[in-house]
Amino acid sequence: MLQAGEWAYSDTLKEHFMNPKNILQGENTDDFDGVGMEGNLQCGDQMMVVIKVDKEKETITDCQWKTYGCASAIASTSVLSEMVKGRTLDAAFHISPKEVALELGGLPDHKIHCSVLGDKALRSAINNYYTRNGQEEKVKQEQVKVICQCMSITDHDIEDAVLEGARTYFELQERTKLGTVCGQCKDEAELLLEKFKHIHFGA
Amino acid sequence: MKVYFDHNATTPLHPEVKKEMIEAMEMFGNPSSMHSWGREARANVEDARGKVAAFIGADEREIVFVGSGSEANNTVLSLFVCASSQCIPGGKLRGTIITTKIEHPCVLETSECLAHRGARVKYLDVDQYGKIDLDQLAGMLGDDVGLVSVMMANNEIGTLQDIETITKMVHESGAFMHTDAVQAVGKMPVDVRKLGVDFLTLSAHKMYGPKGVGALFVKKGIPYCPLIRGGHQEFGRRAGTENTLGILGMGRAVEMRTLEMQEEEERLLHLKQVLRRGIEERIDDIHVNGHPTDALASTLNVSFMGVEGESILLYLDLQGIAVSTGSACASGSLDPSHVLLATGVNAELAHGSIRFSMGRESSMQEVEYLLDVLPPIIQRIRNMSTAYIKGGLHAASR
Repeated sequence: MLQAGEWAYSDTLKEHFMNPKNILQGENTDDFDGVGMEGNLQCGDQMMVVIKVDKEKETITDCQWKTYGCASAIASTSVLSEMVKGRTLDAAFHISPKEVALELGGLPDHKIHCSVLGDKALRSAINNYYTRNGQEEKVKQEQVKVICQCMSITDHDIEDAVLEGARTYFELQERTKLGTVCGQCKDEAELLLEKFKHIHFGA
Repeated sequence: MKVYFDHNATTPLHPEVKKEMIEAMEMFGNPSSMHSWGREARANVEDARGKVAAFIGADEREIVFVGSGSEANNTVLSLFVCASSQCIPGGKLRGTIITTKIEHPCVLETSECLAHRGARVKYLDVDQYGKIDLDQLAGMLGDDVGLVSVMMANNEIGTLQDIETITKMVHESGAFMHTDAVQAVGKMPVDVRKLGVDFLTLSAHKMYGPKGVGALFVKKGIPYCPLIRGGHQEFGRRAGTENTLGILGMGRAVEMRTLEMQEEEERLLHLKQVLRRGIEERIDDIHVNGHPTDALASTLNVSFMGVEGESILLYLDLQGIAVSTGSACASGSLDPSHVLLATGVNAELAHGSIRFSMGRESSMQEVEYLLDVLPPIIQRIRNMSTAYIKGGLHAASR
């Protein structure tokens, strides 16, 4: 329940929106080792993430960004850029939208879709680094990930269900039987549902 | 400094309205009761009805008090799927409804619903300024058309339609004419006889009256079917015990509008010109939405290239300034303003639109404060945007 005069956003999100960290100054990305861009202007969100990499340790030493989007989009890229510093490329690659949302102190439901592009842009920056450094074998496609352990439903299954018409968690369950046993995967499945709805239907 | 530039969303109570409502707060009688409590309430409701009728040039019996502008619009549209001979002499009205692509959602969504219930709905396009095309209307009118519903002033871009001319065309074809005048009434003179319309919607809270009360003008002798049934209130046209306090407030609000409106319209037009010029001079790559002259004096809608509207709105909010945006993000959907898209603005510019809507207390100082605060905000957001290219507006695909 919102208190009078309060924003729909957490204090952490508000702070990152008011004072975003690590904004890329200017257009030049030559100094960076990897560049990734995701999203499009039609949907109202676009994010670019650039990284500097310690080539020996394979860790991220600097992460900067630009974002076209709403307050949650700006804040989630800002918080992401802080989260990845010092992480190995492999660890950074596996940051999920859920972790970003958690770090922000939560997001309103209808804003989750605004935060899924940052980690995606980061992954594409990491892949870009691998490509530039002759390590194509390390370029990772979005991997298959089991979301619902009980029913063994993967992110690809969720994507297929969305493409076949599922729009709500209930419809997703109807098609895949996901989350019908222990129910622990609900949050992650809903994030993916929103993400795939956004990617494929801009909805 | 606190600046409220969101009067098209809602307005504060006029101090006179507030005063009168507080004084009447203990009036609790049911206007339908015959005893003295009831008669007092009835007298107040009828007094307000007289004021509202006079304000739009109608007869008292032509005013139906309702709960909102949305309810009034729903009532009018729903009439055209009623097939009861008790409501409609002859049992059925012509089943095609014509409306526009820039109506308020309460008209658009009701129209969609009626289409599922057997009505045929046609949507008029608008030009780059938000004006409908009279030739397109002429082409759509025919002996199947029962109702044409065109809003008088658009809530987002302020563009005005020529309701008088449209009504003449509609009547020549034998259809009925409705206008949603929620944003027009109280901001400019509106006379139902001059316009010639059969139905007109107005709302109290857009003109310094209370929320939860609106009115529907229904011209004498026009078929009618109540949306809410089960009582004899409002001459059997809208069941439910009257919102006596709200109705009384609405009556006082239109009275105050009569005194203040004309002088205010000129003043607001001047403020809008200063605001528009100031934005044009201080910020590159903007696009002003809506009609340059045929528009509400109080409403200015501007798109800022490379910037998403919700972030502008929230940065302005942090500086004490209230505006609204046509960006999808602020509304919780992913589609930006249907009104701006209908004018042919691309999705990016629609996402980056801000509506400034001024009102009776808006001042030059407020405009100047906004003009000081806005340029650095836009600059700041553009600095972190992937989508801003200086001078890129004209290169963008419009």
